[in-house]
Amino acid sequence: MEFVSWADFFAMGGYGFYVWLSFGATFISMLGIVIDTRMKRARLFKQVRNNIERNKRMQAARSMENTL
Amino acid sequence: MINAFYQVMRRELLTAFRRIADVFNPLWFFIIVITLFPLGVGPEPQLLLRIAPGIIWVAALLASLLSLERLFKDDFSDGGLEQLMLSPYPLSLLVTAKIIAHWLLTGLPIILISPLIAVLLSLDFNTYWAVLFTLLIGTPILSFIGAIGVALTVGLRKGGVILSLIMLPLCIPVLIFSTMAIDAANFGQSYIGALAIMGAMLVTAITLAPFAVAASLRVSVS
Amino acid sequence: MWKWLHPYAKAQTSYELAGKLIPWFTIVCCISFAVGLVWGLAFAPADYQQGDSFRIIYIHVPAAILSMGAYTSMAVAAFIGLVWQIRLSDMAVAAMAPVGAVFTFIALFTGAAWGKPMWGAWWVWDARLTSELILLFLYLGVIALYNAFSDKVLAGRAAGILTLVGVINIPIIHYSVEWWNTLHQGASITKFDKPSIALSMLWPLLIMLLAFATFFGALMLMRFRNEILQRESHRPWVKALVMGGK
Repeated sequence: MEFVSWADFFAMGGYGFYVWLSFGATFISMLGIVIDTRMKRARLFKQVRNNIERNKRMQAARSMENTL
Repeated sequence: MINAFYQVMRRELLTAFRRIADVFNPLWFFIIVITLFPLGVGPEPQLLLRIAPGIIWVAALLASLLSLERLFKDDFSDGGLEQLMLSPYPLSLLVTAKIIAHWLLTGLPIILISPLIAVLLSLDFNTYWAVLFTLLIGTPILSFIGAIGVALTVGLRKGGVILSLIMLPLCIPVLIFSTMAIDAANFGQSYIGALAIMGAMLVTAITLAPFAVAASLRVSVS
Repeated sequence: MWKWLHPYAKAQTSYELAGKLIPWFTIVCCISFAVGLVWGLAFAPADYQQGDSFRIIYIHVPAAILSMGAYTSMAVAAFIGLVWQIRLSDMAVAAMAPVGAVFTFIALFTGAAWGKPMWGAWWVWDARLTSELILLFLYLGVIALYNAFSDKVLAGRAAGILTLVGVINIPIIHYSVEWWNTLHQGASITKFDKPSIALSMLWPLLIMLLAFATFFGALMLMRFRNEILQRESHRPWVKALVMGGK
């Protein structure tokens, strides 16, 4: 262990601002791309589901027409 | 094959001369951009001499970017590109003819008016020669690299912005070495080394770029 | 000889294989990230010259290495896609580009935050920083070109060509920037020359490199799956997958 206390750890020998800024930015941008990827996936799933629903409705409407 | 090459080039030049304004517009643009800099930073010859290489080359880069869109756009919209692809000759060869014609119409005029730039930016004789040589070797490289970008974006509706986005980073080496040569001439040093490297880049561009352009056109047209 | 590879050229098989691999990458990534962070931030010794600001190395160097590695793997995928006309390969290019761009951004940002206390400025036109910035431009160009096409098959092929053009240019750009740098730069800036790094500092660095690499792998596979879903959205297997509530 290089540091004696938590305060010492956060201060990073006077370079705390730069070190935590770097790690924070890294963390945020990595989290950002993970969220973006997950959201894209959810959106694609929703799209496909909507498409299927729409086809079903269209088919239902068409069969209605046929019975009339 | 040589004949096909020649015919494509002739056709390019002919269509361009029918609409001569398209040839002059990038040239005006080049001169105007160069005029803006002394107006922006002040007319001191010392200062102008210091930033002249950068000004000239950034202006040349932008001017060639501006004229590049025309390279395949008309042929794309009137079906001429499909004709080229259907011809029995290799597409990369015909594309090379088009690029060279394009350089004759955009790169060469810039070189022809370069004495005017020398006067505007108060360059001395030695520096002017360096400008001339770098333009002579550098502008064809811009045409060849730019052709790849145009071929990739010709089918897109908003191709212009994307073209500059993908092409400008690739032109950085040309910018670096040409300004380096002009700077060296400015200080009275030899600039043969930088010119030689630019020559190597030109040879690489001429040998490789036509294939990339042909492949890109196949993507854009399909 | 390549027969065994053939099933993976089918989208569904690749989708399922990617799905099986993602958890492993994620687990290795999480573990190595935790270990590497704690080790690098708290247990590794401080640099005798740079003090604790040196700890930025544990994200800066892996991000920089991976940003270049990602572009190289993109180029390999683009080459395979172009030569053997494998569409999945083009999808892999599209999947890798944003992750690589994020790594490049991280390398630039941490480089700036490290440069401020060391060099006294957020940004200096150091050869490596400049090359990295141009690499970011190349990534953004590929992403912009890919997004500009509405037909994703064409988009993949166009992005592949651009990637290959870029990879030929990268060494030229790198050396020209380096040369430009030596010509224009005074001697005021000291480069970080690290001919040898102590083992106590090297281990956490390697672990962080593993963490970044597996992060890249996991993210790339996730985005790759998205690309497959997007292009195959009308196939029965995608519909079955979506309606299966998975």
